[in-house]
Amino acid sequence: MNFIPVILWSDALVFLLIAACITATLYVRRREHLLLPWRRVAQSSMAMVSLLVLSLFLLVGLLDTLHFRIALPQSNNGEKVYSPEVLSVFDKVVEPLRTHTEKTYSAPFALTLYAKESMTDAQGNIVREYPRLRFGGAHLADEAARDGDIAKRASVGALMGLLAGGVLMLLVRRWFAQTAVLVTILIAGTLIGAIANLSTAYHVLGTDKVGADVLYLSLKSIRTGLIIGTVTTLVTLPLALFLGVAAGYFRGWVDDVIQYIYTVLSSIPSVLLIAAAVLMMQVTIDTHPEWFTTSASRADLRLVFLCLILGMTSWTGLCRLLRGETLKLREMEYIQAAQSFGVSSMRILTRHIMPNVMHIILIALVMDFSGLVLAEAVLSYVGVGVDPSMISFGTMINGARLEMGREPMVWWALAAAFSFMLVLVLAANLFADAVRDAFDPRLNRTEVK
Amino acid sequence: MSSLLKVEGLVTRLRNGAAIVDGISFEIAAGETFALLGESGCGKSMTALSLMRLLPDGVQNAGGTVQMEQASLFELPEREMRNVRGGKMAMIFQEPGLSLNPVMTVGQQIAEVLELHQDLNADAVLQRSVELLDQVGIPDAARRIDEYPFQLSGGMKQRVMIAMALAGSPRLLIADEPTTALDVTIQAQVLQLLRDTQVKSGMAMLLITHDLGVVAETAHRVGVMYAGQVVEQASRDELFTQPLHPYTQKLFAALPSAGRAGQSLSAIPGSVPPLGSITNGCRFAPRCDKAWALCHEQTPAWTVVGEGQGVRCHLYSCAVSTVLSTESASQLSVPSIQNSALSTQRSVLLQVSDLRVHFPIRKGLLQRVVGSVKAVDGVSLSIPKGRTLALVGESGCGKTTLGKSLLRLVPATSGSVQFDGKELIGTGASRATMQMVFQDPYASLNPKMRVAEILEEGMSALNIGSNSTERQKYIDGLLDKVGLARDSKWRYPHEFSGGQRQRIAIARALAVSPQLLICDEPTSALDVSVQAQILNLLKSLQDELGLSYLFITHNLGVVEYLAHEVCVMYLGRIVERGTTQEVMHSPKHPYTQALLSAVPRIDGEGRTFIKLEGDMPSPSNPPSGCHFAPRCAHVMPTCSSYPETVELSATHRVSCHLFN
Repeated sequence: MNFIPVILWSDALVFLLIAACITATLYVRRREHLLLPWRRVAQSSMAMVSLLVLSLFLLVGLLDTLHFRIALPQSNNGEKVYSPEVLSVFDKVVEPLRTHTEKTYSAPFALTLYAKESMTDAQGNIVREYPRLRFGGAHLADEAARDGDIAKRASVGALMGLLAGGVLMLLVRRWFAQTAVLVTILIAGTLIGAIANLSTAYHVLGTDKVGADVLYLSLKSIRTGLIIGTVTTLVTLPLALFLGVAAGYFRGWVDDVIQYIYTVLSSIPSVLLIAAAVLMMQVTIDTHPEWFTTSASRADLRLVFLCLILGMTSWTGLCRLLRGETLKLREMEYIQAAQSFGVSSMRILTRHIMPNVMHIILIALVMDFSGLVLAEAVLSYVGVGVDPSMISFGTMINGARLEMGREPMVWWALAAAFSFMLVLVLAANLFADAVRDAFDPRLNRTEVK
Repeated sequence: MSSLLKVEGLVTRLRNGAAIVDGISFEIAAGETFALLGESGCGKSMTALSLMRLLPDGVQNAGGTVQMEQASLFELPEREMRNVRGGKMAMIFQEPGLSLNPVMTVGQQIAEVLELHQDLNADAVLQRSVELLDQVGIPDAARRIDEYPFQLSGGMKQRVMIAMALAGSPRLLIADEPTTALDVTIQAQVLQLLRDTQVKSGMAMLLITHDLGVVAETAHRVGVMYAGQVVEQASRDELFTQPLHPYTQKLFAALPSAGRAGQSLSAIPGSVPPLGSITNGCRFAPRCDKAWALCHEQTPAWTVVGEGQGVRCHLYSCAVSTVLSTESASQLSVPSIQNSALSTQRSVLLQVSDLRVHFPIRKGLLQRVVGSVKAVDGVSLSIPKGRTLALVGESGCGKTTLGKSLLRLVPATSGSVQFDGKELIGTGASRATMQMVFQDPYASLNPKMRVAEILEEGMSALNIGSNSTERQKYIDGLLDKVGLARDSKWRYPHEFSGGQRQRIAIARALAVSPQLLICDEPTSALDVSVQAQILNLLKSLQDELGLSYLFITHNLGVVEYLAHEVCVMYLGRIVERGTTQEVMHSPKHPYTQALLSAVPRIDGEGRTFIKLEGDMPSPSNPPSGCHFAPRCAHVMPTCSSYPETVELSATHRVSCHLFN
């Protein structure tokens, strides 16, 4: 074998999440009444369009999660030696994007760098000129031919994408009949086709300070954003759900203890708490270099810990909300009816209260998701976010922040991070909204049986 | 008699075209009370809001004219309409707790109306506010004026609402279910106040209600509404002596009362048709037993029967009908001999002795107990097998707490509850023997669970039925028993109407085969016609399964119809108990007498109304001695000590010094 698969901590968590999703799907598929709300989701064109957009992000994130190390040509006493660089399948797919690095900033579709440099021209004079890029538009001899070339490549790519989208559309037509979905497939196909074709020859979104392609950075950031959003949620949810519902339902000393915990926790300035925890963890990592074989695994552990810490500090809001809702629900007569049957408290919590607070959870989690991605950006700014070597929206924004004051402005890194985050969060919000509507029995009447 | 308000062909539609109010016409003269009577969802409130031009979003006026003192209300610009609202036409609402602003004092809220509609300076406003509060019978008005709504009781709040409505000296008062949220004794006070005010000021009143008793007491003329139309209009006397429309007749027949005890009520099958489902033909035809082919094909026109009396029914538009109409009026009602079997002969199922439920009041940093709310304070009662004991009392007297403490949903402080000879308090005895049916069928079913799951829950918790298939079979039987289709078990509760939900709730309680059902006001959230269905169901279940009921209610008609014995509760204690006959027809305790006299009755001519002063005292600080003494007309010096229970007969007991 030419490579060795690497499973980082966050990868393991993602696989766990996928396994849970598959199990849940199989469970739901066999139960008609649980399947019904999902059918309604499938019928809503808003839900399916946002799911389509979301699944593009998920696909990128997923491909970026399959990590491996390539074998080096050298060998150590017959043993294969693997490169210390951990790559992902996604890196391989967009190989040109990853490897085409310039010297420093360049604008989108630019042929030259963003700053003038001293160069020696053919006559041996030293002139200050914008140097040509090493990769961006390097195939063009004449700079004036750029616009025509871009138009040609874009239309060829768009046409290919449209064709692929059309084929895909025909394939999925049996399941998704909504016009909006089919149109979205075509639009997405065209857009991806054009960008993909252009990105082989140009830096579509420009390059950053160290010359890395911003499109590549944005795409790589998706995984970090998704992991921070989902893994943190994974930590938050059980804590908030269990403690909030228990506090509201049992009242008395249970309520007192839980309230004291979250009041204390939320009165500590969270940035300080996170900074302290991250720094402690960083020191531990630094004093135990023998734990990590690669730098990627070190950065990854920091990411996982960041998720844990973010989760530990951000459950209080949802917990408080759920406690309040449960206080209201526990006085409902159906809870008392269950109590008069002698139904156990645990069962009342899981069968009666939890389903009735699900809409709050769903909305709060999706709202938190965008908040968490932003929190990561803020923490990176303070220096306690993800590892500096890890690509994330936070590090992108942080890097672009200083260049905002520059004249002319370096706007593309920020714009790219902004629009990717916007689309991701918006799609997640719309999807969650549609799911919530589909699960609300008051808005839907049972059609079957 | 010239009319003050004249409504003609009023139509109110939803945006999608469904008519909520469909061609209503009526007139109200000055000094007259016109009642709109109908079940929930028939468009009564929408009519009122249309008159005020205060329709909610998504509902719009689609035709008709409203004339008020020469002004056509629908043609007035919004600016002038604002003067009409409050100034010429005022409205009071059902829930006094929700219609007052909690962060403004009572005085400020009245002053707001006065400043708008009367040109008065600040001193005069204050003076007038106090006058108004005095007028609506609020004691110590000068002090109350600076109080906030939460400091007032429900009856007081409704009085303040009336004072606010009167502040603009309106010519017409629209009262939308003004007493539905209040206790009977308070209801009697408020209705009396409304009548007195009307006599004094000569204003007209549009009374919207579903309660035939309230109509009988207050209205001069009545319009009966059904599915957005007025189906019958008549003077009160005409309507109550000879109702013409089959729907009105059914409404009367559906009222539970002592005369009908023993037989099943003539419930109206089905429920009010949903909006927009209205097609050709009479709207009541699907539920009418007199309907014939024409009723389903042609919409009946308005037929004038006599002076100011009209009906929308084919029975009266055709000559054929005269025979039919007379026959229905003479409905046979032979009171069966009930209550004859004395309860002592039956074995006692539930024996409660000296049960107390006290809630501690905690105060201060250390949460020290500084007192207690004595919700139930030494109650003893017994229910024999297969019998119904009704527990009657105003809200806040502890009847619901008593019911819940029997089920151990609320821990009892002391006392004993013996079920079939076994002590329940402090033991973990099985819960299957006793179940509860709750008041609000909308809150008592989990909206996220399907009917089958709701019914199965109790069975699986109490290990009834060995497996799921067996239980499902049993559930089918239960649904048959309560009169629901078997396939309804795969649906969610929100897909059912109020009456059907209450059936589900009864089926849930029956699922564990209890011997005693505690029914906590099971029909008070339902319409009269649906109430009759549920009462019939409860009665037939009792006959069939030999169930005992503890029936908690404030509806005395239901008590007379269903109960064998009655306990009257006041401030946590039972003040009188006896058979239904004894308590309802020869009440001994002054409180029972007052309570019974306060109930508006459709045949209530010539009865004397015993006015109860004030509200029930707080159970955290009950009056020393007899709890009822401060409100009692027969108060004596000996009332400063709590009276012993006196046995008047083998079954009739009363706690009052009058009988010592």
